[in-house]
Amino acid sequence: MLLGTAIALIAFYAPLDEDGLNQKIFYFHVPIALTAYACFGWGAWKALLHLWKGRPGADLESYVSIHLGVIFAVMTLVTGSIWGRFRWGQWWLWSSKQLVLFLVLFLFYSAYFMLRFSVEPGPRRANLSAVYAIFGVVLIPISFLAIRLASDYIHPVAFDRHGPQMSGSQFLTFCVSLAAMLSLFAALYHLELAGKRIDAHLRELRELIG
Amino acid sequence: MIRARGLAMRYGPKRIFDGLELDVERGGFVLVTGPNGAGKTTLLRLVAGLVAPTGGEIAVDATRAQLGFLAHEPLVYRELTPLENLDMYGRLYRVAERRERIGMLLERFDLWDARNERTSSFSHGMLQRLALCRVLLHEPELVLLDEPFAGLDSEGSELLDRELASRRGNATFLVATHEPERLAHLSTGSLAFA
Amino acid sequence: MSGYFADVATLARKDLLLELRGRDTLPAMLLFVSAALVIFHFALPSGTGELAGLGLLWVAIVFTALLGLSRVFVAEREQNVLDGLVLAPSDRSAIWFGKALAALAFLALAEVIALPLFALFFSGMDAATVAAVALADIGICAVGVFVAAMSIATRARELLLPVLFLPLAIPVIVGGVGASVTDSPGRYFAFLALYDALFATICWASFEYVVTE
Repeated sequence: MLLGTAIALIAFYAPLDEDGLNQKIFYFHVPIALTAYACFGWGAWKALLHLWKGRPGADLESYVSIHLGVIFAVMTLVTGSIWGRFRWGQWWLWSSKQLVLFLVLFLFYSAYFMLRFSVEPGPRRANLSAVYAIFGVVLIPISFLAIRLASDYIHPVAFDRHGPQMSGSQFLTFCVSLAAMLSLFAALYHLELAGKRIDAHLRELRELIG
Repeated sequence: MIRARGLAMRYGPKRIFDGLELDVERGGFVLVTGPNGAGKTTLLRLVAGLVAPTGGEIAVDATRAQLGFLAHEPLVYRELTPLENLDMYGRLYRVAERRERIGMLLERFDLWDARNERTSSFSHGMLQRLALCRVLLHEPELVLLDEPFAGLDSEGSELLDRELASRRGNATFLVATHEPERLAHLSTGSLAFA
Repeated sequence: MSGYFADVATLARKDLLLELRGRDTLPAMLLFVSAALVIFHFALPSGTGELAGLGLLWVAIVFTALLGLSRVFVAEREQNVLDGLVLAPSDRSAIWFGKALAALAFLALAEVIALPLFALFFSGMDAATVAAVALADIGICAVGVFVAAMSIATRARELLLPVLFLPLAIPVIVGGVGASVTDSPGRYFAFLALYDALFATICWASFEYVVTE
């Protein structure tokens, strides 16, 4: 998995020579954003499984997914900010709907962790986290809609979406980058999940002994 | 009516109990004894369905409408009167002839005179008696009592004794208590927590 | 079905009764919103226009609601009465529904004072704003009561409530302010209605999991 990621990441450096530095960020930024959405979506799916089917372990999977989602979200904000700096000379763009959306999502999912750390581990915590994760995934489209509507009375001037239409090679690069990001997510997901499961096993063993 | 197999309960690192087996038949009167913090309350809450076990399984053959649970707290609103509290519960439990039953229970537990006072002014014993009214209001088939004599004076205890004796055959009881001798004459079995 | 709504009515009535006896939340909300409006007068430098005032009105509404919401489960939490409600044979979502209705009543009462007060201190109050407030209240109470129930299950309790509530309130603010300040409020009404329908539904469907294990 990780190998595939590495190769993909290296591969997309190649067709980038003709574009400026800011375009490079774009190839990071949007795939990272899309991957973040995937993380939150996957987390909500696992949350649903936990609530409906009572699948053991679904709570942990949901948590790990959302945890990674927040990391990718922060990366989205950072890369978006850098891109804004290069393109328009500002560190923050209220006009970028994507950026604002991720700000809102960052606030929301940070609260997820506050919630989780404020409850003892157990079915209660799993239930609350799962419900919140599902709320999050509903909030994503609603927030996007809200930000679009808000731009009408906040900024009459609406900036366009990220960058120009993509040519063939650019599109390929974009897809490769997206695949790279998604496989990075998958790799980290399995890694973190395995780590947490080992932790849980260790704890159980310690209790059995002690 | 109640069957538990390998029941385990853990709060984080603290293990409350493990591998618990329990069988209570219909009409039984089972005492749960043991010191404070041993897990009596936890067991009752598990049977009531308020918490989920961390291990093992438990099967209770009673719906929420058939279950009555006396907890440590009286579970009544302090700002409301006994009548208002019981009326709310009566409606939620779809108690037939609600007003009559409430009146009858309040009288039986000697709370009729205080029926229109806010429970915030009640003594410990009165609250406990009100809680018993709440528990018995809907004629539950499975009655879970957590230290039912706690806070009751001698009069209140007598009332409760009489009440339990009269209901003995009509319902299944699981009672956590400090004083098992008191109810020994009614019990069909007991479970001791270490 | 009729049993469900009877339960909701029972619980809503209980909450209204509790507030009538306690009489602490509503006065606090009224005082808070009045004070907030006065503060806004000092917070708006000249030349900012009436639209800024309307925007701040919505801030006031959300934070007044937050104040009230921090109290909705106080009685249940303090005496653990929530256990009693959860044990009852009624559908658990009725607990949320009844309390949301009661919260709606309190918020509406606070606004009955706040909106005329705003019209008095500032300008720009119109029918669209009032309608938007009404629509937004539904969403605020539905989500707010739900999130309040989540927060009392935690160690941090009421501290967590604003943290959980405010991100979810952002779309409501957008809908409300948009309807108040723009010339075509229809879109924003539709958006508020969508928010209300969507979130009320998932609140209703998942409340069970917030209060049980």
